[in-house]
Amino acid sequence: MTAAVEVRRKPRKNVTLSIVAILLSIVVFVVPFVFILLTAVKSRQEASRLDFSWPTQFQFVQNFVDVVQARDYMLIIAFINSTILTVASVAIMVVLAAMVAFVLQRRRTRWTGLVNFLVLSGLIIPPAVVPTIWVLQKLGLFRTMPGLILVEVAFGLSFCILLFRAFIATIPRELDEAAIIDGAGPMRLFFRVILPLLRSVIITIVVVQSVTVFNDFVNPLYLLPGDQNATVQLTLYNFSSSYSTQYNLLFMDILLITIPPLIMFLFFNKRIVAGMTAGAIKG
Amino acid sequence: MEARPRTSVAGPAAPGRKKSPYPSWFYLPAAIVYAVLFLVPTVTSFYFSLTRWSIFDSQFIGFDNYVTFFREPALVSGLWHTVVYAVITSGLKVVLGLGLAVLLTSQIIGRGYLRSVVFFPVLVSTIGVGLTFTILMDPEEGLINESLSLIGIQGPGWLTDPSYALVSVALVDVWKGVGLATLIYIAGIVSIPQEYFEAARVDGATAWQNFRRIVLPLARPATFTVILLSLIGGLRSFDLIWAMTRGGPGFTSDVIASVIYKQYQAGFYGLSTAGNVVLFLLVTAIIFPLSRFLNSKEVDL
Amino acid sequence: MTRSRIALAVLSAATLALGACSAGSLGSSDDESGGGKVTLSFLTDNQPETVKMAEGLAKDFTAKNPDITINVETRPQGTEGDNIVKTRLSTGDMTDLFMYNSGSLMQALAPQKNLTALDDFAGQLDDNFKKSVGSDGKIYGVPFGNYMAGAILYNKDVYDKNGLKVPTTWDEFQANNAKLKAAGVDPVIQTYGETWTSQLFILGDYHNVEAANPGWADQYTKNQAKYATTPAAKAGFDHLQQVHDAGYVNKDFASAKLTDGLNKLAKGQGAQYPILSAMLSQLIADNPGTENKIGLFAIPGSDAAKNGLTVWAPNGLYIPSSTTGDKLEAAKKFAGFVASPDGCASMGKASQPSGPYAVTGCKLPDSVPQAVKDMQTYIDKQGASSLALEFLSPVKGPALEQICVEVGSGIRKADAAAKLYDEDVKKQAQQLGLEGW
Repeated sequence: MTAAVEVRRKPRKNVTLSIVAILLSIVVFVVPFVFILLTAVKSRQEASRLDFSWPTQFQFVQNFVDVVQARDYMLIIAFINSTILTVASVAIMVVLAAMVAFVLQRRRTRWTGLVNFLVLSGLIIPPAVVPTIWVLQKLGLFRTMPGLILVEVAFGLSFCILLFRAFIATIPRELDEAAIIDGAGPMRLFFRVILPLLRSVIITIVVVQSVTVFNDFVNPLYLLPGDQNATVQLTLYNFSSSYSTQYNLLFMDILLITIPPLIMFLFFNKRIVAGMTAGAIKG
Repeated sequence: MEARPRTSVAGPAAPGRKKSPYPSWFYLPAAIVYAVLFLVPTVTSFYFSLTRWSIFDSQFIGFDNYVTFFREPALVSGLWHTVVYAVITSGLKVVLGLGLAVLLTSQIIGRGYLRSVVFFPVLVSTIGVGLTFTILMDPEEGLINESLSLIGIQGPGWLTDPSYALVSVALVDVWKGVGLATLIYIAGIVSIPQEYFEAARVDGATAWQNFRRIVLPLARPATFTVILLSLIGGLRSFDLIWAMTRGGPGFTSDVIASVIYKQYQAGFYGLSTAGNVVLFLLVTAIIFPLSRFLNSKEVDL
Repeated sequence: MTRSRIALAVLSAATLALGACSAGSLGSSDDESGGGKVTLSFLTDNQPETVKMAEGLAKDFTAKNPDITINVETRPQGTEGDNIVKTRLSTGDMTDLFMYNSGSLMQALAPQKNLTALDDFAGQLDDNFKKSVGSDGKIYGVPFGNYMAGAILYNKDVYDKNGLKVPTTWDEFQANNAKLKAAGVDPVIQTYGETWTSQLFILGDYHNVEAANPGWADQYTKNQAKYATTPAAKAGFDHLQQVHDAGYVNKDFASAKLTDGLNKLAKGQGAQYPILSAMLSQLIADNPGTENKIGLFAIPGSDAAKNGLTVWAPNGLYIPSSTTGDKLEAAKKFAGFVASPDGCASMGKASQPSGPYAVTGCKLPDSVPQAVKDMQTYIDKQGASSLALEFLSPVKGPALEQICVEVGSGIRKADAAAKLYDEDVKKQAQQLGLEGW
């Protein structure tokens, strides 16, 4: 890696280093994904050999149909459930966290210290699953989608607040003052003036949190049991035991579940870096 | 994109009132959700950890659960495994993340591709990654050992050999998470003002000197972020371990989170919650002083 | 300001409502389907053969009772599934019917409180099964599946080829293993890729423990007998260690799964596999034509005269107390169907029966696999079979499978393992609040 320490901004590109880096990246990062892809289109017998080889026959459609139809189209239901969960919880999270971060960054009150402490705690403290079930039960929200959505919101708030706070610090106060002179109340100031300026960090947060929520496994497993309520991670987990001999279907499932994050990624790749640059470092 | 419809409704706010433009009630909606679903469970967990809590009722038994917990050999080794796992993952993420970030901010062909390919695993389902690597790491038929045997190396039973299991899972964790560390470092390096490098070039500094004198000190905040995030993640880590080894073989890759989970599965809710409190104490005992220490360092700069 | 606050409240409420209604309507819309028709949900574990039986029962039952539809849901097996069952019962949202173990696991569900008594069907059930789903003189379940044995399945062809005889003592067993190893066959198959399969040498040895120490289960429940201090009980751990130390297990024991183990046995790559006899259905389904190639013998102990088979009662089908009204009526009707010869026939059609039925009037077909015949021989002989410990005592530690994996992989010695398991058991007994712990 010593050779990698090359920082000078010179137009000349280091060809040897580039080739080594690209080859290594292929072995380490690309091969596993290609393996998933290849195994997903193989026949059952061929997949069970676990080879990294070109399929002799392609069964993409067959495997796809098998996985989707398994257990009464459970995967489709799971995709719908996961989408609702992700969209709702991330939307709520973003708005609530931005509101907190805005006031937290702009105004020092007797609450500030406490809020900062709680935000940090939220990031560090491992959630207690069983008591959470107990609370949800008392509220009548156990095993309901709104219950799970709110839990995801509660667990994700801290991270969002930290990123937002760091970003809001870069927005000059003069903007607020100008808006206030124009007669804007807090709501208008926040939603009209501040929130639009947060666009780049919002994109980062939306990507990061939707991936987190979409990939969450433990919370749905315990807070939302039942086949009709399954999220995609749960289907994958359940399939993994019933597909113990059908690796082609297991990998087709993994493949399908990787597609939503892939789409997210293709759209927002550049922006994530932009948002992080502004936000994460000071957090 | 969220805000649009709201603004139109919220439109004309009552003017003229002498109130702060930053009202405290902005905290309220978040505070309610957070308090009810995070604070209340966390606080009550202290009480429940002192009870024998079957699924149907709870009975106060004092500190018995803690006594049981610390008599459990799996827990004592689990504590140790947790720390080992967190240190390995966090250390490797710092070293590899920094190296990759330096590489990916340098003049190199295929930079966009490399950045993408390093970051992408961060977004993929942990369970999916775990299942895939379990198969790649199969001692007999797995791709990794088959490739190694091509060059004459007899690969170990990555997940089945007691002395490798925990480390193997940690390596997969690094594989999946190093992209985030790299991203944070890239952000840190990109934000270093160009003048430093220009000045260094005038002084005829080598690449290594550049790294030692400019990148390393100025990327320190990024290092702190990476250390803290990956330690917190590592100490709490559960999904990947569960998907790959379930703490096995035997108890050799059990961490606190998986011990807690097993007690939970067995229906020992009080005991499991006591484990939660232990984890809570461990995490705070490591992270709070560390973050203080790192913050004070930051001021020194 | 007030207005905008209301606006925000309305918006968040709307978001929540959106979440709520979509989640609800996503269920396979089986809510109230009116018109005298009833739809029941039925939770089983996700083992392929179990699912086949459940779906077979559901279909055959609906064919007779067109007004009642049954939807099969699945859950994971093992402790994870246990927890889901307990959580759903305690929160009152269990499915209308569910399949679960009988014996100590079923007792842990607090049957008087959480289950509906099914005494109407008691007359059709055999006594051992009634004991394993009974509590305070009532019975709470009907049998789902067959009796099964925790025993050693062996490949008869391999045995014949090497001129071996079925062993009745551990020494004979080890002598067989030595010959098998010399012949290049893996003598004993172990599959720790699925940890529960590691426990058979201990759990399946219970008949031998009971034979050496009559009444052991009672003493064990009262905290008077321990694995570490009862030689016959510790023998299971010793056996596991000996098999590993002598190198009698298959090379990939640490990562192999149940399916791999069954296939190895069927193909003769391995000679003997200690496993639950119910797994026979899967073995035959995956390897057609092996019905008569696979035999079964009880796990050998120290005394050939007292050697016998450890038997598991069938799983139960239960109705939770949260099922009421029309659904309860329909669910009882279904339970009656399952506990009748028609139900047995339906299950037998869906999956190869792998042991005797617990319902009177149900007969195994004449053409049962060889291993089931072997099993029947033990059961028919007086005193050559007993129920497994989990049907005789509520005490069962949750970490046994991990401990067995450790012993079977050479990580922990048998003595230490038996002590560790005693600790594990103590924890569970304390949690149950049993006396004397």
